[in-house]
Amino acid sequence: MSAALLHAKGVSISFGGLKALHDVHLELRPNEVVGVIGPNGAGKTTLFNAICGLVKPDSGKFEFEGKERSWPRTDELIDLGISRTLQGVGLFPELTVLENVMVGAQKLAKTGLISAALGTNKRDEEILRDKAMRALDRVYAGSLANRRADTLAYPDTKRVSIARALVSEPKILMLDEPAGGLGPQDIEWMNNLIRNLTATMSILIVEHHMDVVMSVCDRLYVLNFGEVIASGAAETVRRDPAVIAAYLGTGVA
Amino acid sequence: MFEFVNTLLIGITAGSIYSLMAIAIVLVWRSTRVVNFAAGGIALASTFVGSTILEITGSFWIALPVAMLAGAALSAFIEYFFLRPLLKRSGDKNQEIFLPIIATLGILGIMKAVLHFIYGEKIGVLSPPLSDKGFIVSGESIALSPLRLLILGIVLLLMIALTLIFQRTNIGLSLRAASFAPEISRLSGIRVDLVRTVGWAISGAAGATAGILQTVNGSGAVTPEAFEFSLLLVFGFVAAVIGGIESLVGAVVGGLTLGIILAIILMYLGSSLVFFAAFLILILVLLLRPNGIIGVKGGRRA
Repeated sequence: MSAALLHAKGVSISFGGLKALHDVHLELRPNEVVGVIGPNGAGKTTLFNAICGLVKPDSGKFEFEGKERSWPRTDELIDLGISRTLQGVGLFPELTVLENVMVGAQKLAKTGLISAALGTNKRDEEILRDKAMRALDRVYAGSLANRRADTLAYPDTKRVSIARALVSEPKILMLDEPAGGLGPQDIEWMNNLIRNLTATMSILIVEHHMDVVMSVCDRLYVLNFGEVIASGAAETVRRDPAVIAAYLGTGVA
Repeated sequence: MFEFVNTLLIGITAGSIYSLMAIAIVLVWRSTRVVNFAAGGIALASTFVGSTILEITGSFWIALPVAMLAGAALSAFIEYFFLRPLLKRSGDKNQEIFLPIIATLGILGIMKAVLHFIYGEKIGVLSPPLSDKGFIVSGESIALSPLRLLILGIVLLLMIALTLIFQRTNIGLSLRAASFAPEISRLSGIRVDLVRTVGWAISGAAGATAGILQTVNGSGAVTPEAFEFSLLLVFGFVAAVIGGIESLVGAVVGGLTLGIILAIILMYLGSSLVFFAAFLILILVLLLRPNGIIGVKGGRRA
C-alpha cells in the first residue's frame, strides 16, 4: 500500500452550536478514486469546503505528500496541486470558454503581476492559451473555445468546468457532483473520463448517483450527521448495514 | 453650424475627462463593490503632486506620469489599509454595502483637510504644456486647440492601454474573473486580494490623469477646495451610471454623452442649467435605464 497523497486528520467543524463535521479522517492515495457519500446534510460539501480552505476547521491536521503543513488557504490549493469543480459548475458567464479555462491556469503564468500588467512577457499569454486549448481538447470541448460560457448547454458547462480544473495539471482533482443533472449518455462519458484521468492523478468525488459512485470509486467514505460511519472498499461499504440504515433512514441501533 | 461643431468639440473634450473619472469609479466598483467617493480626493491629491513636480522640473511630461504613479500608490494604500480590513470585519450584506460608502466619504474629507493643511491658501499651478489657442479653419478660430488635441490623445492612449490590459493580459483576465466570483477565482489560484489592490491602483492612475487634464483644460490652477474637482467627481459618477456602472466601455460612452449634452446646454441654455441637467440625467437614467443606456450585461466584458 502506497503512502497517502492527502491525509486530513481529525477534522471538526461546528457552525454555531451545530456540529457539521466531527473528527473526520480522510485519506487519498496516488491514482485512486475516492468517493464521499451520505444522505443530504451529512457534511459532504462541508468536508470538501474544508479541504479547499473555504471553511476553516475548528480542529484538524492537513498532511500533503506525507508532510504535515498549515491548513491551506483557498488560493494556495492550485500551487499544492489540488483543483476542484463546483456543484453549480461556477463558470464565469461573460467570459469565453477559453478564457474560463485560462483562469484555471494561473499557476502556469510565470510572470509577476507588475510585468504582467506592463505586458513585458508576451509568451505567458500564449502558453496559457495553449495549455487551456489542450485541456479543452481533453474533454472534447475544443470546438467550444470561443463561445461565451453563458451560451453553452448544461452538459457542456460540466465539461468546461472539468477542463478548467485540469489545466493546472493537478495531482488531486476534487469533483463535486460531476454527474448531477446529466443524462445517461453524458454520465457514461463522465465515468469514462474519470477512469482515464486516474492514470495521472487521484480523484476525490462527492456524488449522489450510486451508479456512478460504484462504477468509478475504489474506496468510499460514508458520512452521516458529520461523522464517518463507514469506510473502505466500495463493494464492502455498500453492504454495510449501518450505511443501508443511514440511507433508508431506519434506525438499526 | 460652426457654433454647433465647436460645441461638440468642447463637449467631447470635457466628456473624455469625465470618462476617465468614470473609469476610475467603475474599476473600484468592479474589483471590490465599493462606491468610491475617495476617487475625488485621490485625483485632487495627485494633481497637487503633479503641480509640485511641474514646478520643480518644469516638464509636464515628467509631472503627468509621476502624478499617475502617486494616484496609483495612494489608491492602493487606501484599499489596503482602510477598505480591506473594513470589508473583512463587516458582518452582513447591509454593512458590506453601507460601511464602505461612508468610509470613502470620510477618507475624501480627510484628504481634503490634509491638503488644506499642507498647501493652505497656496494655489497649485498647472500651466498647460501646449497652446490653448484654437486652430484656424477658413479664417475662423475653432474650439480645437493643440491642448485639446493633446487631452484627447492622452485619454485615447490610456483607453487603448486599458483595453489591452483587460483583453490580452493574464492580469486583466484575473481582474475580470475576480470581479465576477471571488471564491471561484481563489479556487483557480488567483490571489484575489492582490488583484483587488491592483484594480484600485489602476483606478487611482486613471483618476490622477483625469484630475491633471481637468485642471489644464480649465483654470490651470488647483486648490484644496477646487470646485472643479467636486464637479469632476459628480460628473464621473453620473457618467459611470449612464454607462451601467459595470462597464469600462459604458463609462466612456457615458462620459462622452454627458460631456456633449452639458456643452449643448451650456451653449444654448446657459450655465445656470448645467448642474440641474447633470442631476436630471442621473435621475432619469436611474429611473428608466438602471442598467445604463447601453444596458446590456455583456457591457461588462471590456
